[in-house]
Amino acid sequence: MEIDGRMFWQQILRLTTHTDKLMIAHSIFFYTFSLIAVISAIMVTVSKNTVHSVFFLILDFISISCLFIMIGAEFLGMIMLIVYVGAVAVLFLFVVMMLNVAQQKNQWFGSEESSKHIPIGLIISTLIFIELIIVIGGWKYKPDLFDINNSTNNFSLSNTHSLGQILYTDYIHVFQLSGMILLVSMIGAIVLTFRKRVGVKKQSYLKQISRERSEGVEVLKVETNKGVKIDD
Amino acid sequence: MEYFNIFFQEVYKILFLLVPVLVSVAMIVWLDRRVWAFVQKRQGPNVVGPFGLLQSLADALKYIFKEIIIPSSSNKVIFILAPIVTMTLALISWAVIPFSATQVLADINVGILYLFAVSSLGVYGIIMGGWASNSKYPFLGAIRSAAQMVSYEVSIGVIIINVLLCVGSLNLNDIVEAQKNIWFIIPLFPMFVIFFISALAETNRPPFDLPEAEAELVAGYQTEYSGMMYAMFWLGEYANILLMCALGAILFLGGWMSPVEIFPFTLVPGAIWLILKILLLFILFALVKAIVPRYRYDQLMRLGWKVFLPLSLIWVVLTSSYLFYFNLLPTN
Repeated sequence: MEIDGRMFWQQILRLTTHTDKLMIAHSIFFYTFSLIAVISAIMVTVSKNTVHSVFFLILDFISISCLFIMIGAEFLGMIMLIVYVGAVAVLFLFVVMMLNVAQQKNQWFGSEESSKHIPIGLIISTLIFIELIIVIGGWKYKPDLFDINNSTNNFSLSNTHSLGQILYTDYIHVFQLSGMILLVSMIGAIVLTFRKRVGVKKQSYLKQISRERSEGVEVLKVETNKGVKIDD
Repeated sequence: MEYFNIFFQEVYKILFLLVPVLVSVAMIVWLDRRVWAFVQKRQGPNVVGPFGLLQSLADALKYIFKEIIIPSSSNKVIFILAPIVTMTLALISWAVIPFSATQVLADINVGILYLFAVSSLGVYGIIMGGWASNSKYPFLGAIRSAAQMVSYEVSIGVIIINVLLCVGSLNLNDIVEAQKNIWFIIPLFPMFVIFFISALAETNRPPFDLPEAEAELVAGYQTEYSGMMYAMFWLGEYANILLMCALGAILFLGGWMSPVEIFPFTLVPGAIWLILKILLLFILFALVKAIVPRYRYDQLMRLGWKVFLPLSLIWVVLTSSYLFYFNLLPTN
């Protein structure tokens, strides 16, 4: 029997309604994960050490992907883990550790400079907050906007299939376009950072393996007490 | 009460999976050393127990009784967390490995993605250990391994896409079932070779063991570790190697299927076949360790990005166009 996330939680729900008529298990898991997510999100900004911030960010990503799996979006949850935790956060960590910004952050926190940025931060966070309210309010007061029955969602399919069927049919152009944008930005980043440095010694792979014995070794007759002169 | 019954059922299942995995990790270390020794015309560990089978247990006992030293300038929490992370990640991925059509702890829809995600998290144990030690050699080892594992994950991901194109499902049991007629090692042989080499690099095995190259970096990220914490790194590493062998067996060698569906072979349970295939792959891993010299770092990166990635991408195009042209794409 295959179980996907949705079925798993339905099973647990059935179990709980059978015993307690409450969604206790579901709520316990949900609140645990979201509590971890919120606390670690706060710790990302609060912790003094930058490397610790990145680790809290990773914890945040992981608990968010657990939440994704809980609502049955297992594909998204796994992709979240692979892309954000497995690749993006590793690079993050890499940069933070290499640059050793831990000390810089400490100095910056206590300085006068940091207080200058408070208004900008406040403005941005209010904007995001208002956006969130609009989205959630729309959901709350106009539920037919997000009516599940209106969508072409087929519940007999696993969510990887249904995602694929939407992405590669209705939204194929947007999907391809986003791929193109990513490709262009990748090439752009390489072009911007690529520098031909002069005077750097390199080992040519091809030259190394195509060396023959005849050109590498030379047998010389050496006269006694004279030695040989080898060209360098 | 019903809750607790289900809870204990699951715990029993997990124990029945984890204890054999841990024991086999100990045995596999012995096998590794033995194969290595035989290639070099030595005897290897042969003193403790019959054929030296209990050598790993003796080693484990030694590690348990050794003192755990935590460097005073290290970041203590992360220093202790690192081996735990390595070990946990190596063990939780076994949850989705199917030992037969029914014997699997969690038969999830996105099994292969789960395995890929967990193996991509494996790098954190190493980075954490290397950074928290606050010492030069571990840090260099950690940076090397981070770069190496991220690079080779890309090609492993593309190889998995090749297999998924032929299967049409992310479920591991479906992947095994799809090889009923022919194991994927035959149509996708070049991909199997690349997968094997990438798996060596992903698990930091020789010839790609640069993160712990003893001639350059003492012991890489493990330098500052001692006692049980070192042993946990070591166990996690070998559990990861076993996992990679299991993944190879499932993706290319037909998982728990018997090689031919005729009478005496069909009697053997699927778990035995899977274990035999894992062992075969592991012996290959051990042989490679014994016969190939270590790569240079730039060669390693070149191999990953300039050879394996383009090759496996080209193979994706080939596979998908072949399947499309002959109308063989799986539909479900």
